[in-house]
Amino acid sequence: MAATQPAATQPVATMASEADGAGTRLAFAGPLDAGATARLWPEAMRKAKGAQPLTLDLAGVTALDTAGAVLLLRLESLAGEAQFQGLAAGPLQAVLDRTRQALAAPQGAPPPAALPWLGWIGQITVRRGQDMLSQIAFLGEAAVAGLGTLRRPWRLRFAEVLRHLDEAGLRAFGLTVLLGFLIGVILAFQSSIPMRRFGAEIFIPNLVGISLLRELGPLMAAVILSGRTGSAYAAELGTMTVNEEVDALRIMGIDPIAWLVLPRLLAATLVMPILALLMDLAGLIGMGVVMGTLGYPPVGVIAQLQAAVGLNDLAGGLFKAAVFGLSIGLVGCRAGLGAGRGPRAVGDAATSAVVGGIVSIVLLDGVFSILFYRLGW
Amino acid sequence: MAGPTPNPKPAAPGEPPGETVIRVDDLAARFGGRTIFEHVSFEVRRGEVFVILGGSGCGKSTLLKHMIGLYPPAEGSIAILGEPMGGVSGAARTALLTRIGVMWQSGALFGSQTLAENIEVPLEVHTGLPPEARALVAQAKLGLVGLADAAGRLPAEISGGMAKRAGIARAMALDPPILFLDEPSAGLDPITSAGLDALIKQLARDLGTTFVVVTHELQSILAIGDRCIMLDKEAKGMIAEGDPRKLRDESDNPTVRAFFRREVLA
Repeated sequence: MAATQPAATQPVATMASEADGAGTRLAFAGPLDAGATARLWPEAMRKAKGAQPLTLDLAGVTALDTAGAVLLLRLESLAGEAQFQGLAAGPLQAVLDRTRQALAAPQGAPPPAALPWLGWIGQITVRRGQDMLSQIAFLGEAAVAGLGTLRRPWRLRFAEVLRHLDEAGLRAFGLTVLLGFLIGVILAFQSSIPMRRFGAEIFIPNLVGISLLRELGPLMAAVILSGRTGSAYAAELGTMTVNEEVDALRIMGIDPIAWLVLPRLLAATLVMPILALLMDLAGLIGMGVVMGTLGYPPVGVIAQLQAAVGLNDLAGGLFKAAVFGLSIGLVGCRAGLGAGRGPRAVGDAATSAVVGGIVSIVLLDGVFSILFYRLGW
Repeated sequence: MAGPTPNPKPAAPGEPPGETVIRVDDLAARFGGRTIFEHVSFEVRRGEVFVILGGSGCGKSTLLKHMIGLYPPAEGSIAILGEPMGGVSGAARTALLTRIGVMWQSGALFGSQTLAENIEVPLEVHTGLPPEARALVAQAKLGLVGLADAAGRLPAEISGGMAKRAGIARAMALDPPILFLDEPSAGLDPITSAGLDALIKQLARDLGTTFVVVTHELQSILAIGDRCIMLDKEAKGMIAEGDPRKLRDESDNPTVRAFFRREVLA
């Protein structure tokens, strides 16, 4: 007879096994709880596999929980059939009976089998296509709601627009100024190293000015807006979708696009040129500080800037920024309103808002580069 | 890991009451200077279904959250299984927490995990059970609350009543000797609610599991409650304690009478 004995001195369950020509006998003693089950499980399974007939001697069992009952029932199913001996009628028998009954309840349908690779590609394509169609539908809904508001501007929730302007704009000023200043400093320093070799340090304001006003200012401001505001839009609207607040609006006869999306879109579109301008100014100041350390007076730097950049550079950059803002707002709101159910859906919506926002502004930036080149700006 | 789960024989009617497993002594709850309740004292005995009842906003759920150690008492003390709830920490606190199970009012299921995985969480953390055993225990618990066919579904894919039942299954995962249920019957259909009441009575009778149930469902209170206390918003504390059926028939407190008879309080 082999017995599994634990090292601990407190009363714990033991299992003794006996196998002969008449079958296998497993005798359990002590409290058969989750801890004992975890300890005895591997050996008990080994001994019961193919044991015919299997006898489970439970005369020594003093307590039984669901895990212990699961062990006994699994042994029974592994052996095909088992004889339970010595289990007194009462609470222990009740636990065993109830667990047996619960495990016998009909199970749900198994998850669908994995599709073959061709089917999988087809499924992904269909899903992407449906997603794209719903995005186009969302753009259409937003355009219709926007035009409707142009015809009846008093319907726009101005207080809501102001709240979003404050959240997306005013509260982002500090971060924008800090990042703009640092980008100006970094650009000026990095460019000064190769330019010094050619004695061309005086052209640093040209490089930094054009880079910031035309490209980096709007782009960096858009990245800030996407990270701060796009994700916030998605999370807020996603939570409202999960909580069925958006459905409640629809049932009240209120268009959620006009009620929830338009104020956010307007705020994002209006705030972006301001953020980009702040980014430009802070970057130019940063560049000016670096030029000062290189021995160039502010007057010289300003004169150089005036010669290098024009109003069209600034205006082009600010226009791009406004379009970036609109795009980030659209992506964020669409991600929020398209959220699924459950807490994970809100996280997914926020992630797709940030990723989608950044991808969209880079794509738009490419389009603007070609457009401005064709227009000769 | 959960301690051994004994299967004591619960006290039958007429037998002396079981040992005290929860002792609440002169408890007060205050938030920002606002008193929710004070001078609340009672004992819960092993194997009984103890009901905390009262009108909306009287502090029933707040009392439950004090009992499970989520809120520190403003005054007084709470002892669970002889351990002061606020006085243990580290491994001792974890050991104590494995001996209680809580079903939250909303279910509080983990949204990114299936119902079976939800139940396996405490088993994985607090027992050394192999995955096959954990899966079978989860299946048994779900079968017990009638959700065997929903094991693979996410909480977002089930109804509110199913979420409540899954919450009970998760609370029972470690077979704790004490279960706290916050509004278990609210929002359930009468058949499911009656089934749940029967399950509570059965577990209390067969396993000696102690239940502390917060509810204001009259039928449920009368069906399952061995003893109860009643909290009152105006009195800011307990206004009654005892057998709910006796309180219904014999109490001379107008609020208690109005509660049990569904009357408008004058």
